[in-house]
Amino acid sequence: MPDTPTPPHSAPEAAPARPAPRSKSELFFAFSILALQGFGGVLAVVQRELVDKRKWLTAEEFVEDWAVAQILPGPNVVNLSLMLGDRYFGWRGALAGVAGMLCFPTVVVLLIAALFAGVADVPQVQGALRGMGAVAAGLIVAAGLRLTPALRSNTMGLWACWALIAATFVAVALVRLPLAWLLLLIGLPACLWAYHCLGRIRPSATTPDKERP
Amino acid sequence: MTALPAVQWLDLFLHFASLSILAIGGAITTAPDMQRYLVVERGWISHEQFSSSIALSQAAPGPNILFVALLGWNIGLGAAGVPPGTAATTWQAYALALGGVAVTMSGIMLPSTALTFVASRWGHRNRELRAVRAFKQGMAPIVIALLAATGWLLAANNKGDEHHLALWAVSAVSCLLVWKTRLHLLWMLAAGAIAGWMGWI
Repeated sequence: MPDTPTPPHSAPEAAPARPAPRSKSELFFAFSILALQGFGGVLAVVQRELVDKRKWLTAEEFVEDWAVAQILPGPNVVNLSLMLGDRYFGWRGALAGVAGMLCFPTVVVLLIAALFAGVADVPQVQGALRGMGAVAAGLIVAAGLRLTPALRSNTMGLWACWALIAATFVAVALVRLPLAWLLLLIGLPACLWAYHCLGRIRPSATTPDKERP
Repeated sequence: MTALPAVQWLDLFLHFASLSILAIGGAITTAPDMQRYLVVERGWISHEQFSSSIALSQAAPGPNILFVALLGWNIGLGAAGVPPGTAATTWQAYALALGGVAVTMSGIMLPSTALTFVASRWGHRNRELRAVRAFKQGMAPIVIALLAATGWLLAANNKGDEHHLALWAVSAVSCLLVWKTRLHLLWMLAAGAIAGWMGWI
């Protein structure tokens, strides 16, 4: 699990100061800006914004948190903003994160609905939607590719990781397996295997967040 | 359509609240059930309103969950007697529309966020547990592959489109640009929007 800026006990000693939101309002506006860039879904933006730009999370931490956000019910980007907000500032931070993710986008979408009823049916708008959708699809794939370095420290080893990636991709993209089945058929065995691997080596040597530069 | 009695608003809230817990992988996975409930079973909104709510939420910035807000908006307008596809004209209609948004959004958000709050706190407190670490390590490659597969499915959505080869090319180029460069995402989205608007893709 990623260490966080707030609880002092979990930060490695002499670690350089990590970028983190300084206040709940900074958190709120950071998630607002993130959400307002999310044409075609926030998924495409969240990795770029939190890992590449703000550096609040490393790729490893992002993948770990994303796994939790993904498996719990609810919109995964909202889950992620809730988890991060909670970790930085407790439940008020969680509220600030979720509010940031939802407030302005809700206002925008309702204004569009109120002012331009039927705008989504105009052919040019549909064309623009198609174009943005095609770009967003590429962005989401790229977000996945940019996270693969996080697997270098994975306890299961690179080969097992790539085999799991291939199996998951085929199951979801080509076979169209529902998420629940994917978690049962591939996720559960993967977690059991990881559990086994974690037992083989001394725990301290496998904790990736203690090796961060 | 006439104004919905309070018991029906409660029914709406409870229905969305139960879907909230089932919405693993996002609320869009429960859209077929919402469609059945709102359009077929209750007749509160039309099929066109349902589809355009999803389309509009994807056009606008923000999480895709906001299609649920638009569904509530349309239900409220319907309850105020506004015909589908037209704008509201009275304050009462806007108030009911906002009430609809409040009911559907709180229904879909409250249970799942409460569960996420409790579960992720537990997970963070117990992050040194072998089982918790095994879950995160085991899920890491799957989560990465899920992102790639989601993008792939979105790109494959255009199969029947006459421009589908061009759309694939746009997806591939934007993927490469994000992967290898620092180009701002909004430039790419804007370029895609313009190309689509002009009918090039």
